Amino acid sequence: MSETPSRPAGSETPPTGPGAETPPEAIKAIKLRHPWRMVLAIVLAAIAVLFIVDAAVNRPVYNWPEVGKYLFDVRVIEAAGYTLQLTIYSMVIAILLGVALAVMRLSPNPVVKSVAWAYLWLFRGTPVYVQLVFWGLIGVIYKTIDIGIPFTEPWVSFDTSDLFSYFFLAVIGLALNEAAYMAEIVRAGLLAVDKGQDEAATALGLGWWHTMSRVILPQAMRVIIPPTGNEVISMLKTTSLVTAVPFSLELFTRTSDIAAKTYQPVPMLIVASIWYLAITSILMVGQYYLERHFAKGVDQRPAPQKPTVETSAMAAVEPGELPGVVPPSNRPGGGA
Amino acid sequence: MNAAETPMVKAEAVSKAYGSNTVLRSISLEVKRGEVLCLVGPSGSGKSTFLRCINHLETVSAGRLSVDGSLVGYRQHGDKIYELHPKDAAKQRRDIGMVFQRFNLFPHMTAVENVMLAPTLLKKGQPKGQVKARALELLARVGLAERSDYYPSQLSGGQQQRVAIARALAMEPKLMLFDEPTSALDPELVGEVLEVMKELAKSGMTMIVVTHEMGFAREVADTLVFMDGGVVVEQGDPREVLSNPQHQRTRAFLSKVL
Ligand SMILES: Nc1ncnc2c1ncn2[C@@H]1O[C@H](COP(=O)(O)OP(=O)(O)OP(=O)(O)O)[C@@H](O)[C@H]1O
Ligand SMILES: [Mg+2]
Repeated sequence: MSETPSRPAGSETPPTGPGAETPPEAIKAIKLRHPWRMVLAIVLAAIAVLFIVDAAVNRPVYNWPEVGKYLFDVRVIEAAGYTLQLTIYSMVIAILLGVALAVMRLSPNPVVKSVAWAYLWLFRGTPVYVQLVFWGLIGVIYKTIDIGIPFTEPWVSFDTSDLFSYFFLAVIGLALNEAAYMAEIVRAGLLAVDKGQDEAATALGLGWWHTMSRVILPQAMRVIIPPTGNEVISMLKTTSLVTAVPFSLELFTRTSDIAAKTYQPVPMLIVASIWYLAITSILMVGQYYLERHFAKGVDQRPAPQKPTVETSAMAAVEPGELPGVVPPSNRPGGGA
Repeated sequence: MNAAETPMVKAEAVSKAYGSNTVLRSISLEVKRGEVLCLVGPSGSGKSTFLRCINHLETVSAGRLSVDGSLVGYRQHGDKIYELHPKDAAKQRRDIGMVFQRFNLFPHMTAVENVMLAPTLLKKGQPKGQVKARALELLARVGLAERSDYYPSQLSGGQQQRVAIARALAMEPKLMLFDEPTSALDPELVGEVLEVMKELAKSGMTMIVVTHEMGFAREVADTLVFMDGGVVVEQGDPREVLSNPQHQRTRAFLSKVL
């Protein structure tokens, strides 16, 4: 292919006529006032102050010194760590499995499609609490895992109760349930990407994997992340159900256990809530940065369609070049 | 027949049906190396479908379609024909560039990243610096050296389409397909895209262009093909077909677009 001399660089800006010199004066307007905003803010602040003073002085049941005593108790901090781990591990597994299920549901292969559908039907159709109880009983239902030829003596045999800790079962239980929801979120994201994107990537000679990972998924992320953030926060709170497995070291169960000994349930509920709120806040910050990353190239306002290069050169005569012709902006009465 | 004489594209009685709806009926045509073929016809006549068959975005239902001597989407062994593995079909497409009516740039990548994507992923041995230098060269060629770091949403339609052309050129294709590349553009932006395409034709690229720009066809095309209802009604030298159409249907169509 022969290289032709490239067009002169810098010819992208359209010519400006001599009329565009004096910028119009800035508008000096008197600001619109919003008196009711101020009133509303004062009323709300007053209510808040009343509530706080009341909670601090008149309600001994809150027992704030007790809250302060247990907020950074080693057992509580440990429990918050377990809750965070349960959330993160189960969400990571759920997202990976969800992506796989979403791709399977969009597959042309009817077998693969049905498997994904059946999975969704089962795991979305039963309460997560029930599923967690099931996972807890797995050691009773399947005492050993045998590897070998069916109906013959197994080669190796594992004891399930040795193999799976309650923590592990809790993660699996939460993850498999969540994957069904993640699958639908991911599928919605994939469907939201324009069909032309897939076509353009295919036409370039990219294979299925490259098309998915470089073109489709990064664009689907914009649609996937906000509801996934929702799911993560929801998962953080669902971890309080793993007591059904029974795994009892996470935040809610642990604080309840402490409260059962101190006979002071309310301060421990406040301790747990403060930790849940703290973790949620950290997760929300993470979501903000993720969203910003995947908004690349999308948030910019589209530039108005302007003639460029050849067309601007093609414009027969530049305004002002032709004697006797006054550009519209210079005429009395302004532009057209 | 030696390699130089193998036509770049050869269609022999190519047909395509969606279920019972036959969209292409026995299309036969040839595009030689370095030739530009313009494809015109009313909406729904099957122009896009034919173009998409050439790079195997659609499979043909009957007939033979080959690019540079090898069957599109199939492999012939003796007198048996085997379907290509998707990996091999993808490899075939790398030699064919395609430009779409709605540009289909990747919105999450800058202009230069759009151009670099395919070579980065597919030309494994090449150092990244070289791929980028080549991408910038291509952007300069379409007059957009200064816009290499802009996202598609920050470019005008004409600029986006020129980036799309550079992207299609990045894999150094031997054939370029254009599906109404200027139909989605404001009239004042059409010229800059046609200009790039003319330059490309002059440089010796083999091109098939679906277009309604009769001026472009007259000036650049070696062959003009008029399609209607899935059949080639008329083909020949563009000046002759345009000034002296032989068929009633061609005359009726041209009277509407000229
Ligand atoms: N995926 C599909 N399934 C069924 N029918 C289709 C499909 N794609 C195209 N067709 C039909 O094939 C016919 C030809 O379509 P095609 O897009 O090739 O026309 P065209 O000549 O490119 O028209 P236009 O000028 O409007 O782009 C149309 O009648 C269309 O309805
Ligand atoms: Mg079309």
